[in-house]
Amino acid sequence: MIPQKFEYTAPDSLKSVLQLLETGAKPLAGGMSLIPMMKLRLATPEHLVDLGKLKELNYIRESGNAVHIGAMSTHFDIETSPVLLRKCPLLAETAADIGDLQVRNRGTIGGSAAHADPSADYPAALQALEARFVLIGADRERTVSGAEFFADAFTTALEPGEIVREVIVPIEEPGTGVAYEKVVQPASGFAIVGIAVRIRRSAGKITFARIGVTGLSNHAYRATAAEAALAGKSGSAADVQSAAALVTQGADANSDLHASADYRKHLAVVHAARAIATALSRSA
Amino acid sequence: MATTIAEIQKEKQVGKRLRRREDPRLITGTATYVDDIQMEGMQYAAILRSPHAAAKIRSIDTKLAEKAPGVIAVYTGKDTEKVGAVPCGASLPGLRVPHHNILAVNRVYFVGHPVAVVVAQNRYLAQDAADLIEVDYEPTAAVAEPEKALASGAPAVHPEWPDNVAFTYHQDGGDVDKAFAQAEVIIKQRITSQRLIPMAMETRGVVAEFRAADRQLNLYTSTQIPHLVRTLVASMLSLDENRVRVITPEVGGGFGSKLNVYAEEALMGFLAQKTGKPVKWIESRRENFLCTIHGRGHVDYYELAAKRDGTILGIKLKIIQDVGSYLQLLTAAIPTLSVLMMPGIYNIPSIRADIVGVFTNCMPTDAYRGAGRPEATHGIERMVDILADELNIDPAEIRLKNFVANDKFPYATATGLMYDSGNYAAPLKKALDMVHYKKLRQEQAEARKQGKWLGIGISTYGEICAIGPSPATPAGGWESATVKVEPSGKVTIMTGACPHGQGEETTFAQIAADELGVSVDDVLVVWGDTAVVQYGIGTFGSRGTAIGGTAVYYALQDLKEKIRKFGAVLLEDDDVALADGKVTSKKTGQSKSVPEIAAAAYRAMKLPPNTEPGLVSTHFWEPPNFTFPFGTHIVVTEIDGETGDIKIRRYVAVDDCGNQINPLIVAGQVHGGVAQGLGQSLWEQAVYDDSGQLLTGELTDYAVPRAHMMPWIEAEHTTTPSPVNPLGVKGVGEAGTIGCSPAVVNSVVDALSPLGVRHIDMPLTPEKIWKLLRKGA
Amino acid sequence: MGVASHFDRRPGAPNARPLPIPLSSPSRKRPDFGIVSLANSLCWGYAVKISCKINGKSYSNEVEPRLLLIHYLREVLHLTGSHIGCETSLCGACTVDVNGKAVKSCTMFAVQTDGANITTIEGLAMDGKLDPMQEAFWNEHGLQCGFCTPGMIIASKQILERHPNPSEDEIRHGLTGNICRCTGYQHIVNALKAAASAAQK
Repeated sequence: MIPQKFEYTAPDSLKSVLQLLETGAKPLAGGMSLIPMMKLRLATPEHLVDLGKLKELNYIRESGNAVHIGAMSTHFDIETSPVLLRKCPLLAETAADIGDLQVRNRGTIGGSAAHADPSADYPAALQALEARFVLIGADRERTVSGAEFFADAFTTALEPGEIVREVIVPIEEPGTGVAYEKVVQPASGFAIVGIAVRIRRSAGKITFARIGVTGLSNHAYRATAAEAALAGKSGSAADVQSAAALVTQGADANSDLHASADYRKHLAVVHAARAIATALSRSA
Repeated sequence: MATTIAEIQKEKQVGKRLRRREDPRLITGTATYVDDIQMEGMQYAAILRSPHAAAKIRSIDTKLAEKAPGVIAVYTGKDTEKVGAVPCGASLPGLRVPHHNILAVNRVYFVGHPVAVVVAQNRYLAQDAADLIEVDYEPTAAVAEPEKALASGAPAVHPEWPDNVAFTYHQDGGDVDKAFAQAEVIIKQRITSQRLIPMAMETRGVVAEFRAADRQLNLYTSTQIPHLVRTLVASMLSLDENRVRVITPEVGGGFGSKLNVYAEEALMGFLAQKTGKPVKWIESRRENFLCTIHGRGHVDYYELAAKRDGTILGIKLKIIQDVGSYLQLLTAAIPTLSVLMMPGIYNIPSIRADIVGVFTNCMPTDAYRGAGRPEATHGIERMVDILADELNIDPAEIRLKNFVANDKFPYATATGLMYDSGNYAAPLKKALDMVHYKKLRQEQAEARKQGKWLGIGISTYGEICAIGPSPATPAGGWESATVKVEPSGKVTIMTGACPHGQGEETTFAQIAADELGVSVDDVLVVWGDTAVVQYGIGTFGSRGTAIGGTAVYYALQDLKEKIRKFGAVLLEDDDVALADGKVTSKKTGQSKSVPEIAAAAYRAMKLPPNTEPGLVSTHFWEPPNFTFPFGTHIVVTEIDGETGDIKIRRYVAVDDCGNQINPLIVAGQVHGGVAQGLGQSLWEQAVYDDSGQLLTGELTDYAVPRAHMMPWIEAEHTTTPSPVNPLGVKGVGEAGTIGCSPAVVNSVVDALSPLGVRHIDMPLTPEKIWKLLRKGA
Repeated sequence: MGVASHFDRRPGAPNARPLPIPLSSPSRKRPDFGIVSLANSLCWGYAVKISCKINGKSYSNEVEPRLLLIHYLREVLHLTGSHIGCETSLCGACTVDVNGKAVKSCTMFAVQTDGANITTIEGLAMDGKLDPMQEAFWNEHGLQCGFCTPGMIIASKQILERHPNPSEDEIRHGLTGNICRCTGYQHIVNALKAAASAAQK
């Protein structure tokens, strides 16, 4: 219930934050995962650098064919962002499914991504969106893909001293149908599995499909075999089923109190089919 | 039409949906729960608990902790060994009661077992210091499941009792051997009621303040039973009972988990004595999951004998009760309630029950909402459904056939109870009408043709409430009330009950308002302070209104007599009537109001002969019997054939709790009870792994119902007053929980019955259902 | 390898390991962790000064960084209306409004509220007149033991703010972050409906 002692700094410039991170301080974003872990003394940082005063990381803006989302944008910001609702509805839909009202008011996309909980919601959408992550350190900045970023359970491409500066998601081309399907772990509200789908058709044939999967294994991934199976198909019920059956391909399914590996895989397949069908129904 | 003030006053308050009188402080955040108490110089305690389910303690090093900032003292089991044991209140022949020290001495028996305590100047420093205590454990083998604990070669929870048997209990009624010999059909089924975590929103908490010069201990504790805590903690600490004052401020829910005496209550008293300053301890949620009693924990083996026409002849039941590591206050008594209730509301002439209470390296089980009756109701209601399925009789029909008939009351059960009153078919018929049962069965047949899974589950439950007559209750089963009319005419009720959400501050005022003809607003209800309120028992077992309210009622009758007597003197007429808040002379028609009479009673200028001044009356009411509410819950479920997800399409609850003092409050009790029943049916389960680690140790893994998980509950009632008390009330606190789980499971089993599914143990997780669907397909 | 559970403390559980946080740089000046006695505060060790507005009143205190907002409200300011029901940010009993957003005050440090405008349950009733949401909870019997109620009311106000005419589904999903163990939520749903329709009038 009581965190261990730590030092606290809340700079108002990114530069100062990055300098402090160089000294080994730990960043605090929304705190929705970190603070409970600190209270249970599972996390014991000696120095916290609060990013809460960084206005420069709190934005959602359109630029070219992408939307740039500052790391400190809250789930509520994302769920209600007019830009995202119009241009990248998958992310807004996913954000609305995270945790609860209070968590969405505080939790941030950067913090959630950096925590890399294997059953978090965002990673499914971010994989399906082929999001890019801009990581920044005191003397460096780099951009990585979702596949690089989500390395393992609670492990990302972030190196010591780095934070997520922004997440870049594409503006959907007109006619793209999207959907997020989630099986909720009833106690925690996290995803037992979550499937995010984007799909486009042209002249009755699927020309584009992206499927992100979270919750199933140690990290979210793109179900490329299932995506490939959809390409060129009409999107019939049979097409959907046979593609969905491939979403677990290559994934090492987790097993826990709330779902065995077999059941998780099964849920992934069922909900992939449903998400694909929903996305198709929303596509032009 | 205009209503006159006089008419409003005449309107009966009992039976009205009054909003509650306790709410203003609760909705404004000004109520005082234990953790809200702050005192000058108050210190905080943090308890170090065992991470092992079974281990020897080789040594404890507290040096670093003692030197940590802000630390006042650190104590271990060696220091507290002289404090009396945590009490076991149940008595059964041959009961093995392990000595339950308030801090572990030499050995730990469950994860969370308190090992040492730190007192520091604030809770942060106390926690910091607790982390610095080093305990050298020698882990030993643990056992966490009762059936495994009974197997030969299982690790002994208490080395002195290698068979892990805490007690056995046997009860016979009728001629069960004959019943089974005559049976045309015998059904056997193993049915479990899983371990549950009560999860009151307010965790436990204690503030202890010791006044050395007076040898007076003031103990603020979140409990359902302040007077029993006073008696027992005084004894544990060798203090005079009348110098221990137990105060229960606002209590944030109990559900039976605070119907107990816990190590920490005596421990805080010990610390306050040792340190000379007030000490506060507030349980964390993790501690609450590990160290506050759990509920249920049954493995039941049922055998039911019947004729082919559906007539039930007898039941045999073997209960394996997971006791946990120790016997808390009522641990051993809980499964005996299951035995009493095992025939349900059916005319079953013969029963045989055997209980074996089994030690495991887990938190003790004890009373949790329903306490023994949900297990029994779940068992009989499941067995009746299985019988109906076996005989291809409609589950509603088979129930109607076996109900105790209306003309059989009072009805003596084979388990030795006397059911007070009942009309069991009435709620069943009402519920069947509400769901359009015949049409629903047709729809089900259609759905099945289309490969859809639609289930209809009926539970016609009965329960034992108003617990209970003293011979049947470990610490006395009566309740007390003092009613005073103050000199100003305001009315104060002091009840021995200890409400913590049940609304008796309102319902008792409604009773008094009607009896005295005063406004509800003139009545104050006081409880939960042993220095203020006469000895009482407390609030549990759906007894608050049925016993506590009846004590209030009888105290009021006595008081009314006094009021009439004083009124007669003032009016100089022996023939007076008390009505509408005034005493009226029949001769002259003149009257005196209750406030006028109260003023005169205290002023005592003109006392009636042989009369003491004042208007106070105390009544201790011993109920002649339990009460026996009943009802029908019907649950309609739809199952997702792909995922096993269960959707509750309708939840209909028709409860008969006798007369209702406040229907709004009754509805709230039903809704809340159903929520906890649904919790058990679908989501909740305390899971220990084989080494005795609690895997569901936080809200992250133990799923209690949230708003979006609950269906709309259509709650209706029938009314069959109880003859046991003059209010005609039966009790409703546990009905929702007791009626719920069999209706849910029956519904899901019914949905899956085309697959040959006969029984599923709770919780009905989607994965379990999916496995059945997969096997069937 | 499977992830057994969030916040799993068992040895070997994947998330039981401490986060990989290097020690802070020795070159930087360490704060003084000696005992500093500060009036009316929970603070031991180095403190940070914060100023915030709570229920319309300005407060300024020195607080230890690890002091949780809920403890600041309850123990330092004696605003005990908000409650603590868990340590994993899942029960919602501690919900307060910070800068117009309902948040769980057990999952925020007091230092983070420097400059903030906070409303707790104690700040809702004005001049003895209950807030309409309080009134609705009372009228509809939306509470029993009352422990979850302050957080429930603050969250409910946010739901109505965002959905002035909420469906039952919006109400129920809006309340996901608040556990009530007594009411089964039905009367709470009624309370929100009643408050919404009162506001429409």
